[in-house]
Amino acid sequence: MTALSTLADTTPAWSWNLLDDLREMWSYPFMVNAFRAGTVVAVVAGVMGWFMVLRRQSFAGHTLAVVGFPGASGAVLVGVSAVYGYFAFCIAAALVIAAVPRAGRDGGVQESALTGTVQAFLLACGYLFTALYKGLLGGTTSLLFGSFLGITGGQVWVLVAVAAAVLALLAAIGRPLLFASVDPDVAAARGVPLRALSTAFLVLLGAAAAATSQITGTLLVFALLVMPAATAQSLTARPARGLALSVLLAVAATWLGLTVAYYSPYPIGFWVTTFAFGGYVLARAAATAAGRTATRSASRSATRAGGAV
Amino acid sequence: MTAPPAITVLAGHSWTAALQHPFFQHALLAGTAVAAAAGLTGWFLVLRAQVFTGDALSHVAFTGALAALAMGVDPRIGLYAATIAVALLLGALGRRGRADDVAIGSVFSWFLGLGAFFLTLYTTSRSAGNGGAGVSVLFGSIFGLSASQTLTAALVGLGICAAVVAVARPLLFASVDEAVAAARGVPVRLLGFAFLAIAGACAAEATQAVGALLVLGLLAAPAGAAQRLTTRPYSGLALSAGLAVAEMWTGLGLSYAIPRMPPSFAVLATATAVYAATYLPAVRRVRPAYRGA
Repeated sequence: MTALSTLADTTPAWSWNLLDDLREMWSYPFMVNAFRAGTVVAVVAGVMGWFMVLRRQSFAGHTLAVVGFPGASGAVLVGVSAVYGYFAFCIAAALVIAAVPRAGRDGGVQESALTGTVQAFLLACGYLFTALYKGLLGGTTSLLFGSFLGITGGQVWVLVAVAAAVLALLAAIGRPLLFASVDPDVAAARGVPLRALSTAFLVLLGAAAAATSQITGTLLVFALLVMPAATAQSLTARPARGLALSVLLAVAATWLGLTVAYYSPYPIGFWVTTFAFGGYVLARAAATAAGRTATRSASRSATRAGGAV
Repeated sequence: MTAPPAITVLAGHSWTAALQHPFFQHALLAGTAVAAAAGLTGWFLVLRAQVFTGDALSHVAFTGALAALAMGVDPRIGLYAATIAVALLLGALGRRGRADDVAIGSVFSWFLGLGAFFLTLYTTSRSAGNGGAGVSVLFGSIFGLSASQTLTAALVGLGICAAVVAVARPLLFASVDEAVAAARGVPVRLLGFAFLAIAGACAAEATQAVGALLVLGLLAAPAGAAQRLTTRPYSGLALSAGLAVAEMWTGLGLSYAIPRMPPSFAVLATATAVYAATYLPAVRRVRPAYRGA
């Protein structure tokens, strides 16, 4: 927080000379690290988010995203690096959510109640940890809303390693996961292990959320997971194209957000979510407009056909 | 973790002394109204599989309160205006007053980003004493309520309870079998919107007690427990409200006995413990067995 406000006092001027501006921004090692970390995080979030949106698991994804907060504050309280806390809590929460059977008459109802309870309880734990650890007040805000200042080269390498592991595992289960997500009944009949895939996916999502939390803050991980993916899916239904588009949009929102946050006194979380949401609104508007013209021409041809009969 | 000190501290306190403190009386009164409203609303949220909407509305409450603070007006105006407006917007986004999860997620995560913007605006534009404002909106400060805030919270809580009870019958019908209800002339879409507005008001109301991030627990945990314990609608509704109020009282008492434990955590921990207990086989056996076979 103090770092942010000192930055706000000396907000660099935007000169409209793009090349100079970028050179000036990247002359600071912390900005270079922020761009490296932001890019890695955006790629992982774009891919994982696309599967999350496809599987309609937004609520579980949001829960996994926010439980990084108690993880980090608990790790700080016991005196270890926040990184361990993020991963321990996110993956543990993924296993708890996966442990509840989804089948059965009220499976969906119970799943959502359980997810909500897990999320609220873990956030309450996070609050307890910060209350017990005196003097984290400024830190609480940056844990929740993120800070791109002070990312070290070491953190970037940890992120790269986690991202590579998550994406490699996802690539290994990608095809059956896609099948199971699109048509679970047929996939089950063909012998695809739905439970195991669902658990594996949630654990990967937890790991991705834990990695992302360290940059965007735990409250805004979800934005990077859901918005580019939702935008991509409203533009194309093809998996490969959608995944690529989702990654592209996530990276674009992150880069734009980082640049604008550098030149303005407002936090990065606000800018990244705003750019991503802007893209989503545009895509939805375009999809609605396209759908309307399509139905109109379809109904026109239908009336014409009806008139002919 | 905090259990051993609890015993020693509890012995030193007298509960009649607790009830004589105005802050504790206020917390108890407001907390009861909030818990009853959240229990009733939450039961329908769980039944209608709209818990994620409750999650979204609680995050919107944070942005509403901080926007009002940044503009220098009463945060409660921002709370209620933002949650009810977004609730209706979410209803408008989907068919029959129910929005798609992905649309909900996109809208509320942007609102959260907006909340970060207002937080920066508030903490940098005004005097330096505002550092904790964001944290208290996010995690609540029920022991800090004034007499007039308590009265308003209690009245609004009662109003929400009355509204839920008033629409309970048609809403139940519309939630359990939407198509048949619509065919029988129940205004399904209107009810969906009315319920979302109630849920919005409830999220704003509960934010004052346990904070924007923890509202979800008060909505989901008692309701989820009640759904597991009984399949009868009206006893479930009553059980959910009763559990919520009992959990609120227990949490407030625990937090009074152990001053280092924040009240929001104590309430949420109690609610989670009760919900977890419904997964024990002994508790499961209590419920009627007609679902088996």
